[in-house]
Amino acid sequence: MKRSLFGRLWPNVTAVLLFIGFVFPVYWMFATAFKPTGDIISETPVWFPTDVTFDHFKTAVDADHFWTMVANSLIVTVLAVVFSLVVALLGAFALARMRFKGRRGFIIGFMCAQMAPWEVMIIAIYMIVRDASMLNSLVPLTLFYTMMILPFTILTLRGFVAAVPKELEESAMVDGCTRPQAFRLVILPLLAPGLMSTSMFGFITAWNEFPLVLVVNKEAGAQTLPLWLSSFQTVFGDDWGATMAASSLFAVPILILFVFLQRKAVSGLTAGAVKG
Amino acid sequence: MTVQTERPPSGPADVSKTAGGASGGPAPRAASRAGALAPYLLLLPAVAATVLLLGWPLLKDLLLSFQNLNMAQLIQHATEWNGIENYRQVLTGEDFWRVTLRSILFTAVNVALIMAAGTLIGLLLARLGKRMRVTLLIGLVLAWAMPVVAATTVYKWLFAQRFGVVNWVLDKLGWHSMADYSWTSSQMSTFFVVTLLIVWMSIPFVAINLYAATTTIPGELYEAAALDGAGAWRSFTTVTMPFLRPFLYATTFLEIIWVFKAFVQVFSFNGGGPDRLTEILPVYAYVEGVGNQHYGMGAAIAVLTILIMLGLTAYYLRIVLKQEEDEA
Repeated sequence: MKRSLFGRLWPNVTAVLLFIGFVFPVYWMFATAFKPTGDIISETPVWFPTDVTFDHFKTAVDADHFWTMVANSLIVTVLAVVFSLVVALLGAFALARMRFKGRRGFIIGFMCAQMAPWEVMIIAIYMIVRDASMLNSLVPLTLFYTMMILPFTILTLRGFVAAVPKELEESAMVDGCTRPQAFRLVILPLLAPGLMSTSMFGFITAWNEFPLVLVVNKEAGAQTLPLWLSSFQTVFGDDWGATMAASSLFAVPILILFVFLQRKAVSGLTAGAVKG
Repeated sequence: MTVQTERPPSGPADVSKTAGGASGGPAPRAASRAGALAPYLLLLPAVAATVLLLGWPLLKDLLLSFQNLNMAQLIQHATEWNGIENYRQVLTGEDFWRVTLRSILFTAVNVALIMAAGTLIGLLLARLGKRMRVTLLIGLVLAWAMPVVAATTVYKWLFAQRFGVVNWVLDKLGWHSMADYSWTSSQMSTFFVVTLLIVWMSIPFVAINLYAATTTIPGELYEAAALDGAGAWRSFTTVTMPFLRPFLYATTFLEIIWVFKAFVQVFSFNGGGPDRLTEILPVYAYVEGVGNQHYGMGAAIAVLTILIMLGLTAYYLRIVLKQEEDEA
């Protein structure tokens, strides 16, 4: 099929414009972070950072509690991912490999749980945490983050477990393995890629969580990076260089993970997980 | 390929389901009573966590909504039941209805834009050559990957009153009154930026998945349509659209649910301001409950919001489950 010059041109031109539109905010974040302040507050925008400076990153990193919050974010996120993986793996195995009454009900239940409106439940969670005298602690955060990513982890792992050929497991059992042994020696190694990508999506969700920690942990020592970033501008006024450096520091781990995960993301694995 | 959470494409659950049904026949019979209990035991930790960490807060929210719980009661740890007083106040007040209407309009506009633009970009991706497609995909993935709080902060900077790049461009384009425009100063301008932000970060999901869905359409269908004398438009409406419809249906609902509870974008861009004019339901519940320390009232608003969300979610799950049955 032959197309006119216009017919061949417009999709490419549109694509270039769209590319610029989608990339520009991300680009501008990094560009601003590396520009000297003089270039940031200039009447005419400096489109490309010519003399690169790391001063803004230094300001961001030297901000109060930065390293505490990095540690908090890492602890909470990693623990939540590990806990939910362990709990989900058991459940996913049952849902994928066993026939039992109420199986479909469990699946629908987890699908509902995945859609839970956490943003609106923060008042209730605040009261629960306060009544347990656990405000400004990382324990409730870890527990609730575990729960936030658990339904997605179960449902996704169920797919991965189902994808491992049943015959492998059966032949291991014929060879004298018990079912738990067959699971550990045969299924688990084959699940590794699935576990990796599932846990990364969990990581992204927990890393980004904002409303709950906003309400539950008022003390800076127990806060996580999203709060640090959102309060950054209040503290530093219009120091956009430092603010963008802070945004970059916060976003880079996720950007890297996401680009790494792109393939999986494209295959529609993300429903409800990354944004939710 | 549809957007469904129950069955990721990497795991052909349908296949293994039938396989499991056939070969799993004799195995359970041989299993002991303990074997019959095994699935429930394996699911126990997950179910316990769900009941404790999701069920309990939901119940707590319901209980709080029937209490008179303000600053004083909070400090004294006092429980004062006041029946349906909170609901009476919320439902007879003007605010709740105004915020609800605003939330619905906000969601409708956002989702309409996301779906329209996302679909068009998805179809464009299918039409592009390989190099351009990969380029555009990279752009989309970057926007998709940006963490919400970081993206919101960046948009604040793009739309900053002083030295913001958007105002500069508008000024250069001849719109000189925009040179020092404060985007956070009015309801509509705040909503404009928040909408742009949400649409920007939501399109990639729709576009990329839609593109992936178009790749699953068998080429023979188009050949057959061409043989029947169908033009480009006709083969689009008779081949492409019917194929994509279930996907679009499910995605629309997913987007409705996500946009309806877009707390972070609205709250961290302008805190629901100016003058509380951009509060959508989740932000309203937070400001009323935690900000103004009317915890009982906030809980009542939250319960009402959750009921709306529950309706939306039930409808979404019905679509997804029905699709799965049709496919099986």
